[in-house]
Amino acid sequence: MSTLTSYTLDFEQPVVEIERQIEALRSRGDAAAYAREIGELESTRDRLLAKTYAALSAWQTVKVARHPHRPQSADYMRLMCRDLCELHGDRRFGDDQAIVTALARIGSTKVMLVGHRKGRSTPEKLACNFGCAHPEGYRKALHKMKLAEKFGLPIVTLVDTPGAYPGVGSEQRGVAEAIAVNLREMSRLRTPIVCVIIGEGGSGGALGIGIGDRVAMLEHSWYSVISPEGCAAILWKEANDQTNSIAAKALALTAADNLRNGLIDEVVSEPAGGAHRNPQAMADALGGWIVETLRELRRFKPETLVRRRFDKIRRIGSLSEGAHS
Amino acid sequence: MTSLPSSQPVPESRSASDPPALGGTGPAASGSIAPVALPPSPPASPSEAARRAPAAPLPAAPVPAAEVAGARTWDGSEAPVRPKKAVPEGLWMRCPACGETLFRKAVEQALWVCPKCEHHMRISAATRVEQLADPRTFEPINATVAPMDPLEFVDVKPYRDRIRAAQQATGQNDGVQTGTAFIKGRKVVLACLDFTFMGGSMGSVIGEKLTRAIELASEGDLPLIIVSCSGGARMQESGFSLMQMAKTSAALARFDDQGGLYISVLADPTTGGVTASFAMLGDVILAEPGALIGFAGPRVIAQTIRQELPEGFQTAEFLLKAGFIDRIVPRRELRSELGRIIDYAGK
Ligand SMILES: [Zn+2]
Repeated sequence: MSTLTSYTLDFEQPVVEIERQIEALRSRGDAAAYAREIGELESTRDRLLAKTYAALSAWQTVKVARHPHRPQSADYMRLMCRDLCELHGDRRFGDDQAIVTALARIGSTKVMLVGHRKGRSTPEKLACNFGCAHPEGYRKALHKMKLAEKFGLPIVTLVDTPGAYPGVGSEQRGVAEAIAVNLREMSRLRTPIVCVIIGEGGSGGALGIGIGDRVAMLEHSWYSVISPEGCAAILWKEANDQTNSIAAKALALTAADNLRNGLIDEVVSEPAGGAHRNPQAMADALGGWIVETLRELRRFKPETLVRRRFDKIRRIGSLSEGAHS
Repeated sequence: MTSLPSSQPVPESRSASDPPALGGTGPAASGSIAPVALPPSPPASPSEAARRAPAAPLPAAPVPAAEVAGARTWDGSEAPVRPKKAVPEGLWMRCPACGETLFRKAVEQALWVCPKCEHHMRISAATRVEQLADPRTFEPINATVAPMDPLEFVDVKPYRDRIRAAQQATGQNDGVQTGTAFIKGRKVVLACLDFTFMGGSMGSVIGEKLTRAIELASEGDLPLIIVSCSGGARMQESGFSLMQMAKTSAALARFDDQGGLYISVLADPTTGGVTASFAMLGDVILAEPGALIGFAGPRVIAQTIRQELPEGFQTAEFLLKAGFIDRIVPRRELRSELGRIIDYAGK
């Protein structure tokens, strides 16, 4: 876990400073003579990383969740899955690149994988609209999820989107309807569904593939009804680093917040210093969690699964029954 | 606790203190309605109204335009602000769409539709119930369910204060009225969202009350009618609000499994998380003419695509053409249209 990332978050600066010193010592011809110093620097760095990441603010969490090196669906497909068989198209309009659907094995477990795709390079990002799906993306997801139901495959969704795509075509082809139908249908699919917010869980665009028997968030992902910037622009009339930070906290968007509020079921820990520092370790941890969770869910008959899934969603809300004066 | 239906149109522009709702584009796009800040005029019989009409003086000085916050968009940017038009007080009002000076009572009798240009003005849930239900048949359920503040949300103003202000202004606990009613003699479960309460934004209360209404329709084997009028999800409840989309949609799945009839009526505006959940899940979807219906806000979309939006984008007519609603129904025909569909499809 020592890769010096080319992209540094402001609060990671002290860590990067230490890493630079380590690299400098290592690159010396007589590096062997500095083994003890290097070792000490490494443990200092690890302590600092652990300390920094244990105390991330909500807004810092959002920045980690958007880190350009953070593993995306495509990375998990590579690092966590094997024998991948991508399935394309919604059979109605097109093949939205912002959502990927594939048959895959995680360990020995066969699944239907559905994930937002953000893209890493600029052409990829453009092709995927930065992970903002059009209605055909949601319809593609549903089409494949129904196949999974038909063939008794469990569904794994990887959520990572700033939100559904805001565009003329998106509205014209009914993005709201597409998301709504997914919410309704996912609530009654007769096969296990496991959802993981791996990065950004932006509003309805995230929820559109986010209804499941077990919903988890990676430790440093975010999930909320709106992005902090969106919230700040509306409520504070201006989105800047300060208002974004206040809004992020107010929205209770971290994994820990969402777990405490009963809106998700579990938090999956990330490697020290975040998933971007060690994608393989993250993929291993996530794959392990998914396999174990699916093993637990396999015990339930389909009707029991659907009933429990409904009951879980049904309970969410915060209200009082009494009249106000 | 429900207040008696007070026949009042709803201001179509949102004041600066209005809580933003999500996903919506909001109202500014469709103009501002006049009669804000007017005390309800004493009831007048139609004939009396007609007699008085010509004599009623127009005020000399218009009420100063109130500060209007821009319409809200899903990602938080504001839609262009259109200054609120001056509002004459008293018996007269101005149509926010065509600017015509209208006799209030006549507009009320026309169900708050402009007699000149057919603009469908926003109305409160109470007015909607009064317009749709057979007289004195609406029996509210869960009227005492009230919002909490699970996140102790504070922006420039605490959520608690926003709730209290909205409750005092509307006499309602939150932004939806639900209950049983008869429509043209047919028993139904009726739910009407209320734009006057924090922009009709959906938090836990709207999600829960709608879900209970859906469940009541299931238990009683009754047709379900939901009239939507909302800017979207309620930001101050963050994830709790988001999950109401899931809850209402899941409840509708069960109702659908039972073969229940759900008619969704979309009024101006229906946007954001409300559109992307129960509003778009009707077996039959009706919309009022000219209603703004969409997911993302027009300004966000314009910024994203860097182009002019097509004419009539995100109107009911646009959605009809795109294939996402069944019928556009003028308000004066809505009640009989609902009765007709129930006759065809209800049990
Ligand atoms: Zn008019």
